[in-house]
Amino acid sequence: MSFAWTIIAMVVVLAIAWRFLGAYMAAVFSGRARWLRFAERPIYRLIGVNPESEQSWRHYATSLIIFSAAALSVTYLIFRLQGVLPFNPQHLPAVSPALAWNTSVSFVTNTNWQAYSGETTMSYLSQMGSLAVQNFASAAAGIAVAVALIRGFARKGAKSIGNFWVDLVRGTIYILLPIAFVAAIVFMAQGALQTLAGPVHIHDALNGVSQLIPRGPVASQEAIKQLGTNGGGYFNANGADPFENPTGLTNFLSIVLILCIPVGLTYTFGAMVGSVRQGAAILGVMAILFGGWLAIASVSEHQANPAVAAAGMTHQPTGNMEGKEVRFGDTSSALYATASTQTSTGSVNSAEDSYTPMGGFAVLTGMMLGEVSPGGVGSGLYTILLFAIITVFIGGLMVGRTPEYLGKKIQAREVKLAALGVLVMPIVALILTAIAVSVHAGRIGPLNAGPHAFSEILYDFTSVTNNNGSAFAGLSVNTPFYNVIETFGLLLGRFAIMVPVLALAGALAAKKTVAASAGSFRTDQPMFVGLLVGVVLIVGALTFFPAVSLGPIVEQLSHGKFF
Amino acid sequence: MSVVDGVRPARGGTQEIGLPSGGPRRGRSLFDRDILGHAVVEAFRKLDPRVQIRNPVMFVVLIGTVITLVESFAHPSVFTWSITVWLALTVLFANFAEAVAEGRGKAQADTLRKMRSDAQARRLLPDAGGEEVVPASALAKDDLVACEAGDIIPSDGEIIEGLASIDESAITGESAPVIRESGGDRSAVTGGTKVLSDRIVVRITAERGHTFLDRMIALVEGANRKKTPNEIALTILLAALTIVFVPVVVTLEPYSIFAHGTVSVVVLVALLVCLIPTTIGALLSAIGIAGMDRLVQRNVLAMSGRAVEAAGDVQTLLLDKTGTITLGNRMATSFRPVNGHSEMDVASAAQLASLSDETPEGRSIVVLAKERFGIRQRELREGHVFVPFSAQTRMSGLDVEGRQIRKGAAEAVRRWVVEQGGASSAELDRIVDKIARSGATPLAVADGPDLLGVIELKDVVKQGIRERFAELRAAGIRTVMITGDNPLTAAAIAQEAGVDDYLAEATPEAKMNLIKTEQSGGKLVAMTGDGTNDAPALAQADVGLAMNTGTSAAKEAGNMVDLDSNPTKLIDIVEIGKQLLITRGALTTFSIANDVAKYFAIIPAMFAVTYPQLTALNIMGLHSPQSAVLSAVIFNALVIVALIPLALRGVRFRPSGAAAILRRNVFIYGVGGIIAPFIFIKLIDLILTVTGAY
Repeated sequence: MSFAWTIIAMVVVLAIAWRFLGAYMAAVFSGRARWLRFAERPIYRLIGVNPESEQSWRHYATSLIIFSAAALSVTYLIFRLQGVLPFNPQHLPAVSPALAWNTSVSFVTNTNWQAYSGETTMSYLSQMGSLAVQNFASAAAGIAVAVALIRGFARKGAKSIGNFWVDLVRGTIYILLPIAFVAAIVFMAQGALQTLAGPVHIHDALNGVSQLIPRGPVASQEAIKQLGTNGGGYFNANGADPFENPTGLTNFLSIVLILCIPVGLTYTFGAMVGSVRQGAAILGVMAILFGGWLAIASVSEHQANPAVAAAGMTHQPTGNMEGKEVRFGDTSSALYATASTQTSTGSVNSAEDSYTPMGGFAVLTGMMLGEVSPGGVGSGLYTILLFAIITVFIGGLMVGRTPEYLGKKIQAREVKLAALGVLVMPIVALILTAIAVSVHAGRIGPLNAGPHAFSEILYDFTSVTNNNGSAFAGLSVNTPFYNVIETFGLLLGRFAIMVPVLALAGALAAKKTVAASAGSFRTDQPMFVGLLVGVVLIVGALTFFPAVSLGPIVEQLSHGKFF
Repeated sequence: MSVVDGVRPARGGTQEIGLPSGGPRRGRSLFDRDILGHAVVEAFRKLDPRVQIRNPVMFVVLIGTVITLVESFAHPSVFTWSITVWLALTVLFANFAEAVAEGRGKAQADTLRKMRSDAQARRLLPDAGGEEVVPASALAKDDLVACEAGDIIPSDGEIIEGLASIDESAITGESAPVIRESGGDRSAVTGGTKVLSDRIVVRITAERGHTFLDRMIALVEGANRKKTPNEIALTILLAALTIVFVPVVVTLEPYSIFAHGTVSVVVLVALLVCLIPTTIGALLSAIGIAGMDRLVQRNVLAMSGRAVEAAGDVQTLLLDKTGTITLGNRMATSFRPVNGHSEMDVASAAQLASLSDETPEGRSIVVLAKERFGIRQRELREGHVFVPFSAQTRMSGLDVEGRQIRKGAAEAVRRWVVEQGGASSAELDRIVDKIARSGATPLAVADGPDLLGVIELKDVVKQGIRERFAELRAAGIRTVMITGDNPLTAAAIAQEAGVDDYLAEATPEAKMNLIKTEQSGGKLVAMTGDGTNDAPALAQADVGLAMNTGTSAAKEAGNMVDLDSNPTKLIDIVEIGKQLLITRGALTTFSIANDVAKYFAIIPAMFAVTYPQLTALNIMGLHSPQSAVLSAVIFNALVIVALIPLALRGVRFRPSGAAAILRRNVFIYGVGGIIAPFIFIKLIDLILTVTGAY
């Protein structure tokens, strides 16, 4: 019953976010919201950008790459030098080169794949100056690319798609910072840590136990970790750690923070292209996919744990509780996991490795659909719009017109870029998985054997290539092999999609619009929603069905034999 | 399945509008035995890798076939050989489909080529004043040739002297001769047509090898066929879908090794071929060729496939009133009595006055009188004196048994009545005024000094055109009537014909502006035209259909020529364009939807040894792993053959809203595409099992 109320509360809050946050974001990126002008201007002066100037898609993409490369270098250097830099009360040594590389790439690509335990690896400076900063910056970059694509649809015969630096700054100070600031205070009020005072040493003389309890600036990082769909926790236990996620309220807030921007951006999209219904249609697709996967995950996790049942305990009213926090329970954990895996967040409050095969199937395949339901901040919207272009192309042909979307004719160039953007992820994820299962360094990673081991490796590369960062766990990944090979997935999954998206934005912006008529394929109707859901499912199914059948499906058919 | 062209009834009520046609390009079935025979030979000839590389999907199948062939020699078995043979057949079937589509065009080109090579020309010598006989191929631009009755006109040109009746059936298929004369819009003649009477001097306007006939041969043959923009876009999507399946299939090898199993290369190739969109890949070029061919069958020559595609997108049709919307001549539609006379009196007098009037208007009065009052055709007898129409009197009539019956322009008749001692009538003036204002033409009828009434003549809207426009409206296409009439008349006819808008008192400039306005609003515009002053607008329109009877300037400017010179055909062309796109979309959807069943057939078979649990996915209950894989491959090949007729004929287009068309096609080709292979793969598996092959 409480689960149902959670869902209802979530839908209500998200509906409000959709309408108002969405409209606010449209105002921010159209330059109508100016209340933080005083903070904005000095930044432009500092980086030498004229906020009135606009960029072609090539300049926009170049700026994005330059910014990301710079962010990557700074992050990497802080990790490597943290031993000699201030804010290191635990006197943690420099992060190893492979791990530092993996982690910087991971945070710059909005993935937050973590091959380490934050509390025992990262100094306060690394946590705040590298990780938290990138949580803001990578999220703002994702939103910027999505906004550039929206402008591509909205503009007619235009040469430019906005200014990357302006979009980056506005996204950060108008959207991410204010919301994260308020959310961090709520986290603190609920009991999340926020201190620079260093770890606490506890000596229990009675029992002769000595304990070091790490502390740090947790709440401030927690808020942006969720809001920016980053997912990288301060602690290794991530959202299951009471210092990060102390109460049911913070758990609920986490879910809402994860979903609010990706959901709101569909309204922003509709508003900026001049028809909120278009945005609502996209939101409908996201909601259907999210609902479907939430149903699979929560129903699966509400089942009895097969191994426990085999031991004679067939009556398990609380569902599969292995690897779950009793504070959250089975279905609520499933909700958190679904929200996290379908938004490229990757934060966890339960161990997905211990999910039932179908529960594991749900979180894994949720990512395999391309992170579009609703997907990461920005990335969810621009990826689903790529799917929409493919849908419109096939559907538009079937009504007897050369296809168009939002008045833009979809021709060879658009199809090429959309297909590229959609297919990069499965191709890279499958090939990296194939490499990992073929070489010794990869094969020794999994802690399990058989199809479950395969699931663990497949999950890893699906997660990094989708820039999700969710870990199935059960895989020893802090090795030079995994640290390095994962970055191929991270970088390709981010930039091999973003660059085609920006090229697409440029191509679309340059086009004239075609008038709609009764003979046009309407993209704000249930039929389009159904087709787009179908295309996302079919592309996901056709590309991953063989791989998934060798992992979770065979596990399920073995009735938990490998469980 | 066979479609007999030439006698095929036009769809959607075009029949009563379309002109009769026949001619040399007609009468050959799509599946004529000769064409099929040639196509089989061509299918093998097209195996050339240089041809195959143009189609990325089928090229992958060809490479796959070579790999399985090598495997079959290395590890011979019935299974590996069967897979190899069926993969080879898949490629051959695709080639066959394309060859069949090309077949009819090739045959037509041969006929036309014969016509060209036989012609002789009588070239006028510029100085000497005599003439010499040279082969038509030796003519250059601006040469003068003479043609007399019985001659074939050697090349395209313009009549500079004389008038002749010409049989154009070789080009248009229309057997009734047409009159061509020097000067004006009817001076163009086409090489290959025949002079039936008189003598004309023609100035050649076409460069050697660039005559209309040459262009026609190139077009029907598809010699310089280029991929259209949409075809290119679709090819890219299909290539992407092919590329993505390569890693999907290739990675299965390391995955299965990790699971301590093995998969054979032959099965991997089989899976790859089944997954890539071979159905649409095989039929894509056939669909395009067949679309052009359908136009040729309707006597329309499209200068590029791009124009046909654009036709599917047209949102505004500019239609000339005369000949397209109306029959083009005024017909009597009612008799209006005045001064207490009956309708019957008017009809009877009007019929008498029109007995000798051979104009279409005169005929229509006789016909109406018979229809309405059963007044039989009366013969002109001795003593009947016919008074013909003259520009001075603006009346015609009959003097019979002392009566002087006249019909004509109201003003002229009124004056005549007054001269005869009668009185003009305010009632008549009122009726005349009302008729004129409704866009019709009033003719007054008088018997001596007695004014009888008025005949109403109207430009009659073609039967069925209103319904046709309603269909177009449902399909999102706006119709605009173009007419030189005054706004009042135009509005009345527009109302009656059910067009969405009209342009009255249209000048070429006004027409051009209308096109530009529509285009700046993002709409694609189609129009027809025949005069030289139409040329700029024809060039500006996205689809410009020039009439074959028109000037060569018009034909050059447009991107399509209608050999029948029937402007109503523009509507058919739009439908053919839409049909072409729908067929592509439908078969793409079908092809991708098919993959679901193929996975369920092949994946459990592939890992039958490694993970016997996966047998649960064998929901079709296929007999054995080998029969499952082979059944999927056989289905994949046969479905191409089964869909050739659909690809060539096109998916039916019913004019209606986009939502309805989409729903229908998604249901048939999407949902149907998921279900059908489950049934047929099972069926093939049963046949393989029953025949003891496996």
